[in-house]
Amino acid sequence: MFSPSDILTIPLADWVNSFVRDWLVPNFRPFFRSLQWPITQVLNGLDGFLNAVPMIAFTLVLALIAWRTAGRGVAIFTLIALAFIDMIGLWPETMTTLSMVVTAVLFCTVIGIPIGIAAASSNRFQTVLRPILDIMQTIPSFVYLVPIVMLFGVGMVPGIIATIIFALPPIVRLTNLGIRNVRGDLVEAAQSFGSTRWQMLWDVQFPLALRTIMAGLNQTLMLALSMVVIAALIGAGGLGLTVFTGLGRLDVGNATAGGVGIVLLAIILDRITQSLGEPARMRKTSLRATLATLFSPKRSGRDGEA
Amino acid sequence: MHEPFRYCRVERSLLPNETKIKVEARSIFKVFGTSPHDALQLLKQGKSKDAIFEATGDTIGVQDASFKVGEGQIFVVMGLSGSGKSTLVRMINGLIAPTSGKMLIDDTDVANCSGKALRAVRRSKIAMVFQHFALFPHMTVADNVAYGLKVKGVGADQRRKKAEAALDQVGLKAHADSYPDELSGGMQQRVGLARGLASEAEILLMDEPFSALDPLIRRDMQEELLELQRSLKKTIIFITHDLNEAMILGDRIAIMKDGRFVQVGTAEEIVDNPANDYVAAFTADIDRSRVFTAASVATAAEALEIGRDTAESAIARMEALGRDALYVIDGKAILGAVAYRDLAASIRDNGGALREAIITDFPKARRTTPLFELYPLAEGGLPIAIIDRQGKLAGVVAPQDVFGKLATPTAA
Repeated sequence: MFSPSDILTIPLADWVNSFVRDWLVPNFRPFFRSLQWPITQVLNGLDGFLNAVPMIAFTLVLALIAWRTAGRGVAIFTLIALAFIDMIGLWPETMTTLSMVVTAVLFCTVIGIPIGIAAASSNRFQTVLRPILDIMQTIPSFVYLVPIVMLFGVGMVPGIIATIIFALPPIVRLTNLGIRNVRGDLVEAAQSFGSTRWQMLWDVQFPLALRTIMAGLNQTLMLALSMVVIAALIGAGGLGLTVFTGLGRLDVGNATAGGVGIVLLAIILDRITQSLGEPARMRKTSLRATLATLFSPKRSGRDGEA
Repeated sequence: MHEPFRYCRVERSLLPNETKIKVEARSIFKVFGTSPHDALQLLKQGKSKDAIFEATGDTIGVQDASFKVGEGQIFVVMGLSGSGKSTLVRMINGLIAPTSGKMLIDDTDVANCSGKALRAVRRSKIAMVFQHFALFPHMTVADNVAYGLKVKGVGADQRRKKAEAALDQVGLKAHADSYPDELSGGMQQRVGLARGLASEAEILLMDEPFSALDPLIRRDMQEELLELQRSLKKTIIFITHDLNEAMILGDRIAIMKDGRFVQVGTAEEIVDNPANDYVAAFTADIDRSRVFTAASVATAAEALEIGRDTAESAIARMEALGRDALYVIDGKAILGAVAYRDLAASIRDNGGALREAIITDFPKARRTTPLFELYPLAEGGLPIAIIDRQGKLAGVVAPQDVFGKLATPTAA
């Protein structure tokens, strides 16, 4: 039976090997290594801080944040969930994972929002960007773990870089979408009063797109959390490592405990970031008003608005 | 209760050649599509809009629009949807760049200037009011109104003060700290108007500002705009699809069809002398008694002088002029009217004294009085005296002429 490979075989694997091994790694390794520096700084700072803060203090602060942004229910959930994580003995791992995820999301935001804004203002750039984002989202993350290890080595920071690649697309896409969806007449109105591009972006487009951008941030955060276990493959620690070692040793108990920790962390972060996307005006309530709501027999406020 | 509306509230004395020109369009063309200059060539060869669309796929937005708007005038562009009126108004502040032609704002050609110069014109000279208000939903009413000032770099205190002053002008000072979605449609458009006023621009572009409002509120807003205009004297370019609205507001009106001006003129000119059947079809439903003024039916002020004329000479004048009654004046003062019938009786009975036959309770109107206000005056049968500002007799309206003018040309 004839097949096209009788005529021509394409040694794609060899090409990629020679490209990465013989050209990219020897020539650009120092460059890629230098990219690690900012990530390392942020991660070390955050990790050191989170692990130094007493468990009780951190729990109370996060519960307060949850209360002010997402309401009483989420705050109570946060208290219980964090206490549970501490009781199953995974507090340090959770803090490490949290610092990894927050670092990755921070860099995704810093990189992704400007790219999204650029894509919204240029159709050509959007056309070029779209297939790249598609590839980033669809390519199995195992594929780029190998070159990442070759270029960056193993450890926490390469894990975060893999996480950034995986989690970047939603915030870029939704920033682009949010800015493009700002009503045309509002953009015209801003223009008609003589706004510069920067004034329009800052005063009109960005605030009006904020809800959509926050939805993108939420998605990015969730994707970053889902990379925690995979990043453990290349030496990142935290809850991912607990799951990964559990898997390696067929230790169902530890794998489950790690998994539950990830899920609880995910729920807390998801609820808080989702409510950040609500219109700012609705959230601007005084502490006194919030207290009144908390202790009144009937919950007014939030439920009525939602 | 609404007082009866009338089209001719603003005195239309300002013709563009008597005043400073604020906005001037010189042969503006706009083609939407991929090869606008090819399409423009075809258009100049006399091809129709549809033929050009078939040949190039391009749409003609505006073709060969030229107009001048003088300082303090309201220039209304009226057309149905797709006539190019919204495109035209956006070319005045450069939101859309014309394919060819000049758009002069004072001395700046906004069709061919740098982005910086265009921004300067937008910041200092032109403000715009939008059909669907285009208020920023994330800002308070005061911040919305002050937006133009913020863009210019005016400090926060000054902004607040000017925003409150502008809101006061439209009667919404109390709502300064509300958000736009807390206001009704009419109030939102008042905010839109205040935003235009606060920027202190001399030119106001209004793109169908009242179309999205209920009819009664629309009427209120039209009245309010005219009220404001009396003190502000802005140069206003007003877009509408409603000829009625155009007639109420416009010092001059341009009627647009297929991107082209079909006719430009005052309300009276357009109703009295429609350029073609398209315009005539629009004007057919217009209440002519609100468009035309006493001036349009007035005739020369032939009058009798009390010191010179006698009953006999008065009779002779009336017969010569073919009138039933004449006014009698004493220098500049109007004494009253004399009727042929009364004079004839007076001559027969007591030898005829002109002074005794004068009717002092005579109907009076001004040149700008709309015809519908002349109905009750015409009922007495006496000619209506048209009086100028000094109280002098400026003309006379014969009762039958009032009703004659109301008949549409086709019916006559």
